[in-house]
Amino acid sequence: MALAPNMPKSWRAETKPHKFCPGCGHGLVLKALGECIDELNIQDRVVFGCDIGCSLLSWDFFNVDSIQTHHGRTTPVLTGVKRARPDRICIAYMGDGGGYAIGSQHLVNAASRNEKITVILVNNCVYGMTGGQMAPTTLPGMKTETSPYGRDVELTGNPTRGPEMVAAITPPSAYVARGTVANLRQLKKMIKKALETQMNGTGFSFVEALSLCPTNWRTNAKETWGFVEKEMSQFFKVGEIKVPESKEGK
Amino acid sequence: MADKPVKGEKRFFVTGNEVVAWAALAANAEIMYGYPITPQNEVMHYWTRLAPKYGRRFLQTEDEISAGFTTVGGVLSGARAFTATAGPGNTLMQESMSMAEMMQIPTVVVVQQRGGPSTGTVIYSQQEVTMTCFGGNGEGFRVVYSTGSHQELYDYVIKAFNTAWKYRIPTFVLGDGYQAKMRESLIMYDPEERGIQMVPTEKIVGASGVPGVDREPKHLRNTYNTEEELYKVVGDLAKHYWQVAPEIEEYEEFDCADAETVIVAHGVVTRAAQGAVKELREQGKKVGHFRPITLRPFPKKAMEKAIQKAKEILVVESAEGQLAKIVKAEIYGSDIPITGYFRPGMGITAEEIVEYILNKG
Repeated sequence: MALAPNMPKSWRAETKPHKFCPGCGHGLVLKALGECIDELNIQDRVVFGCDIGCSLLSWDFFNVDSIQTHHGRTTPVLTGVKRARPDRICIAYMGDGGGYAIGSQHLVNAASRNEKITVILVNNCVYGMTGGQMAPTTLPGMKTETSPYGRDVELTGNPTRGPEMVAAITPPSAYVARGTVANLRQLKKMIKKALETQMNGTGFSFVEALSLCPTNWRTNAKETWGFVEKEMSQFFKVGEIKVPESKEGK
Repeated sequence: MADKPVKGEKRFFVTGNEVVAWAALAANAEIMYGYPITPQNEVMHYWTRLAPKYGRRFLQTEDEISAGFTTVGGVLSGARAFTATAGPGNTLMQESMSMAEMMQIPTVVVVQQRGGPSTGTVIYSQQEVTMTCFGGNGEGFRVVYSTGSHQELYDYVIKAFNTAWKYRIPTFVLGDGYQAKMRESLIMYDPEERGIQMVPTEKIVGASGVPGVDREPKHLRNTYNTEEELYKVVGDLAKHYWQVAPEIEEYEEFDCADAETVIVAHGVVTRAAQGAVKELREQGKKVGHFRPITLRPFPKKAMEKAIQKAKEILVVESAEGQLAKIVKAEIYGSDIPITGYFRPGMGITAEEIVEYILNKG
């Protein structure tokens, strides 16, 4: 089997190796995204925005124009770009805290308005950058720095199922999926479809990627993969949730 | 599609909010982002009626956090973009405006001050001075024009776009509920016909070419890793700000040359102060009035000159000393006593000022 190229063309070699922790899932998601940018040949049209939290470490990741924004505010910044320059392909990249907590109103309303942008949200069940606090996506019973005895859903509610929420409020022309870094081919297909949805101008596109945080999970390699493939995937069902209806009809 | 929104010079008798919408159109603003809040709403109402006729755009966002950040996005993409707000909406916009300060994003925000703190009233105040000048976790690297009439609202909305884009400093036009809702006559004009060149915008992101191949990519950030790195960035911002400040500062003065009492007031209160000076001069009192038009940067040197003969300074404002605080800091070292006539959230008339000055002896 031939080896895949080391780096997508749209990656910025000068800023590699990247700044994420060993074992982090961001590099994998950004690799899938980079390959999609290459294959769709859109490097000159992409405006990339990243949030606060670990995702901000991608601020100089690509050879594309990039804006590092504030926590939760990547969605409105990229919405602002898209509304002013509809020919740009706008990608808002964030974590679960940015998308489902501090920036949830922006995600909900951008989805409701069917903004023609692509949101890629990396779900690793914790706040990584700030040191492993409970996130909207922390699983029931899961121990974090602010749920040291395990997340009690009676006190803190259930984890946010973001794609299901977004699918419920977007029109049929939107694209919504949940992928996982444990299945990179599938994740890449999803990101590609999301970008194509934006390029076709039909609607909002949203991909949640289940990802890894061995640093804050305090897991070894085997446990890390076990957590994403079993626990996380059991609670957060992987797959396409909404695919734009074909223009030709069925 | 209609050609120019304003041709020639025409007299209008309209509300200030309508003036803001027309001025933004005349300035070739391409897009407004906004969220409803009184007393600013009619800026959006007029903009949404007029904009499509001239190929301009509008987005109603989910809140003012979003209105501020979408404006940031629009500006970064190279659009002459603006938003308008008031009171608690201004509070929510401070987050995005601190990002604009840090990243030198030429945003334009029109603030129609309402009563505060909190929801206060929807009517009028001058209580958003501190926030508009120094809000957010920043250093106040902003330009704040405080207008006092509909003509000035028109002039300074146009000017705000040019100041913002020329100096790459977030720029605010600080009006208030009276100016927003009152009708008053003014002359609208096409800036170009008056010889005002609109400063060209730039695609800060999204320029042509393949980044990394034809040109360097734009990697814009507001987060830094070390104290030294941040210190350098903020130092450069400060240096730039203080370097251009003298070009930006604006003020007016009335009968200050021999004035023993100098009334300091800004915004719509300048009109009462001017009236009071006229009345008191007729009574033979040596009273003058200094009016900063830019509250940030503050016209410090001009003020120092205006108070050379002064025995007292009276700050008059519809707030509990927000302007007075700035004045005290700016003329630190002067031994002229400073007192205040503070009416938070209340209008102020010339008669009141005259009475206050005569009664206090």
